[in-house]
Amino acid sequence: MTTVTADPAPSSTPPGRSARPSRLRHSWDRHWYAWAMVLPVVIVLAVLIFYPLFRGIWLSFTNLTEANQVAEICTRSITGGEVCTENPNKWEFVGLDNYVRVLTGEVGEFWQWTGVTLIWTFACVACHFGLGLGLASMLNRPMRARGLYRVLLVLPWAVPAFVSAFAWKFIFNERFGLANALLSAIGIDPVSWFADRWTALFTAIVTNVWLGVPFMMVALLGGMQTIPGELYEAAEIDGASAWQRFRNITLPGLRPVSMTVILLGTIWTFNMFPIIFLVTEGQPAGQSEILVTGAYRAAFEGIRNYSLASTYGVLILSILLVFSVFYRRALRKQGEVW
Amino acid sequence: MRRTARGIAVLAAATLALSVAACGGEDKASEEQPKADPAALTAELTWWDTSDPQNEGPAFKELIAKFNQTYPNVKINYQSVPFGEAQNKFKTAAQAKTGAPDILRAEVAWVPEFASLGYLYALDGSELLADESDFLATPLASNRYDGKTYGVPQVTDSLALMYNKELLGKAGVGEPPKTWAELKTASQTIKEKTGAEGVYLNPAGYFLLPFMYGEGGDLVDTEGKKIVVNSEQNAAGLKIAKDLVDSGAAAKPSANDAYGTMMTLFKEQKVAMIINGPWEVNNVKSAPDFGGVENLGVAPVPAGSARAGGPVGGHNYVIWSGMPQEKVDAAVAFVKFMSSAESQAFLSEKLGLLPTRSSAYQVDAVKNNAVVAAFQAVNEAAVGRPWIPEAGQFFGPLDQLATEVLIQNKDPKAALDAVAKKYKAEVVPGYGL
Repeated sequence: MTTVTADPAPSSTPPGRSARPSRLRHSWDRHWYAWAMVLPVVIVLAVLIFYPLFRGIWLSFTNLTEANQVAEICTRSITGGEVCTENPNKWEFVGLDNYVRVLTGEVGEFWQWTGVTLIWTFACVACHFGLGLGLASMLNRPMRARGLYRVLLVLPWAVPAFVSAFAWKFIFNERFGLANALLSAIGIDPVSWFADRWTALFTAIVTNVWLGVPFMMVALLGGMQTIPGELYEAAEIDGASAWQRFRNITLPGLRPVSMTVILLGTIWTFNMFPIIFLVTEGQPAGQSEILVTGAYRAAFEGIRNYSLASTYGVLILSILLVFSVFYRRALRKQGEVW
Repeated sequence: MRRTARGIAVLAAATLALSVAACGGEDKASEEQPKADPAALTAELTWWDTSDPQNEGPAFKELIAKFNQTYPNVKINYQSVPFGEAQNKFKTAAQAKTGAPDILRAEVAWVPEFASLGYLYALDGSELLADESDFLATPLASNRYDGKTYGVPQVTDSLALMYNKELLGKAGVGEPPKTWAELKTASQTIKEKTGAEGVYLNPAGYFLLPFMYGEGGDLVDTEGKKIVVNSEQNAAGLKIAKDLVDSGAAAKPSANDAYGTMMTLFKEQKVAMIINGPWEVNNVKSAPDFGGVENLGVAPVPAGSARAGGPVGGHNYVIWSGMPQEKVDAAVAFVKFMSSAESQAFLSEKLGLLPTRSSAYQVDAVKNNAVVAAFQAVNEAAVGRPWIPEAGQFFGPLDQLATEVLIQNKDPKAALDAVAKKYKAEVVPGYGL
């Protein structure tokens, strides 16, 4: 027995087997500081991102709600004492049940909400980018009081979103709002903005465009200022018109910036909760609801349904992931790397 | 086997509690003494008030000041929480076991829900329910869940027809309408003769209930465990409401902010009749353009073919189960004071709210208050709502239906069928269709 412990066993392992551990150890010996430096990031990511993410995914396979989350429900009596009874319908694993119920429309209006979300996202991002680009090119040349214009145009961004949401909601108030007052003043019948899904969505899009243009403008203006002035000078000497210079110098030069802000804008707008929630409130009859507000109402009104909320979360995440993958692929084809 | 083990555990816990109580006998005796002397009761209690901070809040603060005259060392931490947020806020805090108020003013439909989740103290056997029979039966019923009582009624209410006396007089409508058909003709007359709108219907589920109740309908049958929202009666009731709007007798409601619009128009005398509850009396009374409480008429909601009735609403005082046991005496004293007949009479006089104690109605200030007297008749005809934990969830789908039917011209029966399906899928899966 004693001979076994005395035996120099580790050295006798075959060289093929020891190759992997020794390479690992080699890497550790050489790069331990790199690992040590990565560690905080790994921990932070694990705590802040991976744990909630995987817990959310796990919850979407259960039927956990506020009412069935505890094993026993205890009732305290005011005269002292506590009675605990076993929860008759404790939560359990239900597999893909939630997804089936959501995707078949048994619960909520998933497909309608998705359709509205796509229209909403596309309309908002298109207006953001178009207007932002227009304003940025107008401001990207010497003029008087340029600083003042820039400050004024950034202002909507500085106002808290809910404040502007309430202001716009009131502007579109059917009886007392400014929009209908203006329409009546020029002889057009007042519009029942929130009685039709398209006009209701229109009010929300107008609000969001007002809120979102400053960001696009600032980002694109920054991008424009990185384009070397010599290119424009050379083009001018070659006799290029303003439009040709814009198309052939400004737009390509902006591509790294614009691609990034469009991706960001899409993701933000897709998940833009407060505007729809506060301006249209989903009216009429839930038809202007987008995915995030619909999911919120479905999951958090009345007894809260955590599993359903997670299911919607996972579905929204998947849609955005698919979008990002395709977007990146499209970018890579054009030779962009980011 | 597990069940017996559980039984033994409960027994053990009970005996333990008993012996603790026995050991604490001395303490109890010495505590009896301070109860006679309210100044010795020391605690700090948080109260979430969900009433309107401008119209109703000041009166509640006055009551707290009165309470502190007798109990100077019980500090009430008054917090005004918007009604729309309070339910979710309370649940979040109660579940986290921190940050919930000791006492909450809970809407009637919330109490069974909170109780089913174990968030409230059961009040049976305490002083608060000692004179239980004095409380009106219907408001008290909303506090019962599974054989126990979890709250004390603060105010009760129901929907009524509130009207502008001056406008009705100008139009030559002598009596407030008693049926929906009368409402329609009265409304048309008012529109013709005064230029103001006749009636404004709030397109929300709760405000459509009088139409459904009027034909004898209901939402669910809790005894038979059956969803009855898509009955012919309800469809007939909705048709009446839809006809009021379609025919132009009622003002065209807006889908968004309809409640605020309704109140603004009523206060500015631009609409003669609304269907609303006593919680708005003070708001209307203090509106500069309305003409004071003398101009406000209150009548029961018009009747359908079966009956006239609005839904029972109101608010209760509940005590959070996470409140430490030492504060119980103070909390009980506070709730007892707030729900006493005198306090209720005070609120009734100040705000026109309806007391929940029959003895409060004997107080002169209440008896001689015309608005309260009018609402009392309304409340006697009110229809009790299903007091089940899911009751709060009935209104989301109903609100959608109200918009669809009154604004988007959808067929009532088809809209009701969709609501029934939603109830089955999302609200009460255990009920039959």
